[in-house]
Amino acid sequence: MTGDSSTTPAPAEAPAVSVRGVYKVFGPKPGEAVRRLQAGSSRDEVKSLGTAAVIDASFDVAPGEIFVVMGLSGSGKSTLIRMLNGLWAPTAGDVLLGDANLAKVDGKQLRALRRSRVSMVFQHFALLPHRTVLENAAYPLEIQGVGKAERQQKAQEALDMVGLSGWADSLPSQLSGGMRQRVGLARALAADTDVLLMDEAFSALDPLIRSEMQEQLLELQEKLGKTIIFITHDLNEAMHLGDRIAVMRDGRIVQIGTSEQILSDPANDYVEKFVADVDRSRVLTASSVMQRPRVTVTIGSGPRLAAREMRDADVTSAYVVDRKRTLKGLVHAEAAVPAAREGVEKLEGLVDPDVVTVHPDTPLAELFAPAAGTSVPLAVVDDEGRLLGIVPRVTLLEAMAPGDNGNGNGDDSNGDDSPESAADSTPAEVLADGDHPTEGASA
Amino acid sequence: MIAAATDTGTFVPRIELGAWVESFISWMTDTFDPVFDAIKTFFESTYDGLAWVLSTPPFFVVALVLAALAFWARGWKLGIGTFLGFCLVAAMNQWDNAMESLALVIVASVVALVVGIPLGIWAARNEHVSRVVRPILDFMQTMPAFVYLIPTVVIFLTGPVPGIIATVIFAIAPGVRFTELGIRQVDAEVVEAGRAFGSTDRRILRQIQIPLAMPTIMAGVNQVIMLALSMVVISGMVGAGGLGDDVVAALQRVDVALGFEAGLAVVILAIFLDRVTSALADRAPVAKALKATR
Ligand SMILES: Nc1ncnc2c1ncn2[C@@H]1O[C@H](COP(=O)(O)OP(=O)(O)OP(=O)(O)O)[C@@H](O)[C@H]1O
Ligand SMILES: [Mg+2]
Repeated sequence: MTGDSSTTPAPAEAPAVSVRGVYKVFGPKPGEAVRRLQAGSSRDEVKSLGTAAVIDASFDVAPGEIFVVMGLSGSGKSTLIRMLNGLWAPTAGDVLLGDANLAKVDGKQLRALRRSRVSMVFQHFALLPHRTVLENAAYPLEIQGVGKAERQQKAQEALDMVGLSGWADSLPSQLSGGMRQRVGLARALAADTDVLLMDEAFSALDPLIRSEMQEQLLELQEKLGKTIIFITHDLNEAMHLGDRIAVMRDGRIVQIGTSEQILSDPANDYVEKFVADVDRSRVLTASSVMQRPRVTVTIGSGPRLAAREMRDADVTSAYVVDRKRTLKGLVHAEAAVPAAREGVEKLEGLVDPDVVTVHPDTPLAELFAPAAGTSVPLAVVDDEGRLLGIVPRVTLLEAMAPGDNGNGNGDDSNGDDSPESAADSTPAEVLADGDHPTEGASA
Repeated sequence: MIAAATDTGTFVPRIELGAWVESFISWMTDTFDPVFDAIKTFFESTYDGLAWVLSTPPFFVVALVLAALAFWARGWKLGIGTFLGFCLVAAMNQWDNAMESLALVIVASVVALVVGIPLGIWAARNEHVSRVVRPILDFMQTMPAFVYLIPTVVIFLTGPVPGIIATVIFAIAPGVRFTELGIRQVDAEVVEAGRAFGSTDRRILRQIQIPLAMPTIMAGVNQVIMLALSMVVISGMVGAGGLGDDVVAALQRVDVALGFEAGLAVVILAIFLDRVTSALADRAPVAKALKATR
């Protein structure tokens, strides 16, 4: 089951980078090796003809996408990324940068493409040790032939962007690893190309600096909208950064998909083993585990309706939204039932606004603290405050355990909060597949 | 060409390699006579000019200039040491010899480096060149040094020119080797960065490879100069002039006093050249940049 591009959602726009049936074989008879591989031979069978570093890779990367290539050491990641800017020529297949086919350009055109379209950040930073930080950041512009004043200004802007404003006149050897890599990033940003290649750019950094750099990259990406191809052997990094992830094994791409697709539907045992030790709490987000709220009522309806809905659904509270589905709060049965009996017309005075809300993109890891501070499920709301779904505590715990879903009911024993959560959450949800909540219960 | 047996009586055929080389050399002498003449004139006039510059002014002027060079390269200690050392050379009545030797060393080293460094660069960038050059250098380095003197004397007769040529051949190897090594040792990722940003190979060589290889290349320069100095002494055997002449004369006459004085002058010259050139290696921008950390 090889994940060729047909199994992945095809990007709607013209791709920024397109890789079509690319092979790279190092060795004495690369052409022959490719012919055998295309005829169905395995990597081991062609060993005598050469090392097949990349075998039949095909994918498109959309403009503005972060595309992560992940795999163990020796799986061919570096070789693949080096074919995207022509540092290696593919043995077979085509690499397209926008509309330029790298196989069809001469050396001069290739250099022009590198100057204008694609830049690179390196694992060990690859800075020029005898040049200052500013001169390093200005290097691509120097190659592009930009005048001195202009390139220094642009390089300084790039340094500002990565938070190295005060270090322009230092030498790389005077900086820490994290700062050196920021220079590497600034250099690539100064080149101002649409496509950014990053080969294990953060692997040499220690974990704390590394996650700081990841955040910074995501921030910059938000601002600048580059197309980024990011190599890593760290699944957590891949899942955190990647809009889509390609998993490589022994030169082949075995699956391409979003982090959630790869986590929940691994293409084969290899991918499954790979994802087994992923920190799911950082990959899965509130939106991927949220459920549809059992009962929602609109603020305009009365307590009588609310009480009936709660009774029918066998829950003790309901979410109150306005006509635009903006979350207003909760109404509890112990308030709604007496009010209905007394003939109160409006819900308004009964709404408990004290609901903890989270953004759909919040990773699970960051849901535990808010969940611990409240007895009702977390409400997932979008930027406009509209209710998208809820995350009961039980769901949170279930999602953390890898494997199949739907068996989370038995272990109530370890939940010290089981009385409340059993009352408020929606046990044994039939709707637990996380599809979007509907207006259903409100009218 | 191949005689039946050697005089040792065994059945190993006698291969007249030596004779072939000899006839090759004499063929070269006949055929390229004008070329050799031109080479000879060039080296002779360069050497004469340099020797004249070094030995015409009063000794303390030259000693002061050399001391200033040492001061600039390394510091006041070496500066003072250099001045005292060269005063001692003058006091031992070896001044003119020392200046002639210095001129020989400089001319031979410059030629060896002008040929050797580009060759090293070429070998670093081209596997075929490297594979051809390496055994030739091995051969040139292991051949006993004075063997080079023989063909050069055949071609250039006696005097400084055969000395210079033999010195160049003897001293060129580290210039090539260190350059090749230095360039190959440059971090591949940094070179890749140059390529990835669209630099040409020539520009990568100029802006990345040579600057980063500079400390190693300078170590090669130091080696070339030291080898050149040792060969300059040996070439006293062909009357190349300088300290070598006195060393050879002392050897023939078993003159301990003269031998010691000429030998000590060589040592002083050697220390001066070594310290100054190795200090220059430390002044390469990359070496300085890397030192900035500590
Ligand atoms: N220049 C080369 N010559 C010969 N074989 C090579 C060359 N470069 C890479 N290979 C081989 O190709 C295979 C893939 O190497 P590659 O460097 O692309 O792996 P990688 O996924 O980047 O690994 P890592 O995580 O260790 O960087 C390996 O078996 C490697 O030995
Ligand atoms: Mg790699």
